[in-house]
Amino acid sequence: MDSARFALFVKQDCQTCTLLVPVFERLRESLPDLAIYVQDDPRFLSSAGAAYDKTLEKSFRADIEITPTLIRMTGQSETGRVCGWVRDEWRNITGIAKLGQDLPAYSPGCGSKTRQPGVWERLVAQFGDSQLKSRPIQIDEWDDPIEACFDRGWSDGLPVVPPTDERILRMLSGTNRRPDETIGLVPPDLAECTVEKVAINAVMAGCKPEYMPVVLAALEAALDPLFTMHGLLCTTCFSGPIVIVNGPISRAINMNWGINALGQGNRANATIGRALQLIIRNVGGGRPGEIDRATLGQPGKYTFCFAEDETDPAWEPLSVSRGIPSGRSAVTLFQGDGIQGFVDQKSRAPEELTRSLAMALTAVSHPKQAQTANAILILSPEHYSIFRDAGWDRTRITKELHAALLRPGRDLIVGAHGVGEGIPASRAEEMVPKFWDDGLLIVRAGGSAGMFSAICAGWTGGRARGQTKPITKELRL
Amino acid sequence: MNNESILRDPTAETSPALRARLQPPASLNGLTVALLDIGKARGDEYVDRLQELLSARGISWRRYKKPTNTRTAPVELLQQIARECQVAVIALSD
Repeated sequence: MDSARFALFVKQDCQTCTLLVPVFERLRESLPDLAIYVQDDPRFLSSAGAAYDKTLEKSFRADIEITPTLIRMTGQSETGRVCGWVRDEWRNITGIAKLGQDLPAYSPGCGSKTRQPGVWERLVAQFGDSQLKSRPIQIDEWDDPIEACFDRGWSDGLPVVPPTDERILRMLSGTNRRPDETIGLVPPDLAECTVEKVAINAVMAGCKPEYMPVVLAALEAALDPLFTMHGLLCTTCFSGPIVIVNGPISRAINMNWGINALGQGNRANATIGRALQLIIRNVGGGRPGEIDRATLGQPGKYTFCFAEDETDPAWEPLSVSRGIPSGRSAVTLFQGDGIQGFVDQKSRAPEELTRSLAMALTAVSHPKQAQTANAILILSPEHYSIFRDAGWDRTRITKELHAALLRPGRDLIVGAHGVGEGIPASRAEEMVPKFWDDGLLIVRAGGSAGMFSAICAGWTGGRARGQTKPITKELRL
Repeated sequence: MNNESILRDPTAETSPALRARLQPPASLNGLTVALLDIGKARGDEYVDRLQELLSARGISWRRYKKPTNTRTAPVELLQQIARECQVAVIALSD
């Protein structure tokens, strides 16, 4: 019969391990075949012949979760394991009757260094099987990996985070969905996109793992046939996907809906929109100058993502108005352009502000166009308070704006007011709505000071009502 | 331990992992050829001969020289060549 071998895993930065030093020295004397591995400090137990598990490979391969852990091996089989200090168990596994008699009967251990945040994924990448299916790309060890990503055309023009196995594994920990699950076919190449490919591009965009459900929902929305992502990509217009996040997830991942909500500075806002664009570029093959034919484009095509301000319980969130149950997290994707600022510091009555907003909203696409594009109105807190104080809710504001946006066709027809652009002359006698009745989305965001709201014009593809629409998807974790 | 030498392909993997070289032009007619002397011994003789052969065929050329063969070409020189020429010969004749 094989004699037992023992392996002991300890950490200097563990009170239980330091408490047990006399026990470890006793084991060294009593157990002829004992290996001691120290995870953090090569000086700890060096007199007892401990080895420094600097790379943590030994700890990883032994699947250590707690220090101290003592493992008994007989032949090739593990025949016992104790975690933390439970005196009776240690006596039982070692066969040393009076082991630790001067010590308390029980002392919990500490977490193994292998289980510190981010460490496990690095160890899997280095010593285990990542089970990632995407093609590995070997670069020279002297190459700058960020430059290598640029060279391969994987970037939107800004540096990307190099997609290493450990980073991808960390990203995948942000979702319960299997890495090999297919989300859909990404245009323009209609290439299959798995959760793993989403994770790779999310790494490159700079996302944290907890953003993954939002990125996945945004991609699902983009791949809904009614979103017409291919058309949005290849258009000569300015538009790209605008991502609006609702529900508890926006607070959980610290998204910005307040000061500078549409601007720079918030990691989740910045990287979620960017991840979606990188997926379209890298998986779908949608690159500017190739299938992306935008005449000018706009800076929101790097990233355009923000959360709605849901702090006022009187306000119905955008997602709820679009059929998602209250309290659920959702993503709405809108085909839109950049910001058109709206400044009104003098209107104080809701009727005044409605007329004022309508004047600005007529500029969407062109003042003489109608029902050619949808729009988002992003209401700032100060403007919203004028409506709220008058008892106007989302439904009322939307209805009043549509009413204020009815205009005589004769002012809008081709050639009217000496301007060539316009609607067909046949509509001269109609009262013409600016938007389809479902074409004006209202979102609350912005800092508490400033009577400034914003309008995002929609893509002119919106004229084909029924063929292309904004899409809202509930998050899956 | 933080190995960044192996990246995972973020694309649909429809193109080769190794980047393809640019295809050489089918003809030099109408193009300007950069003749870059990298600064090693007798490189100028080699470039002189190429210049003769190009001239005999009526092909435009421009001459350039690196300050030293021990270092990569200055960025300004590379930008100048890219601006002025469509094809480059980097000559070595040890």
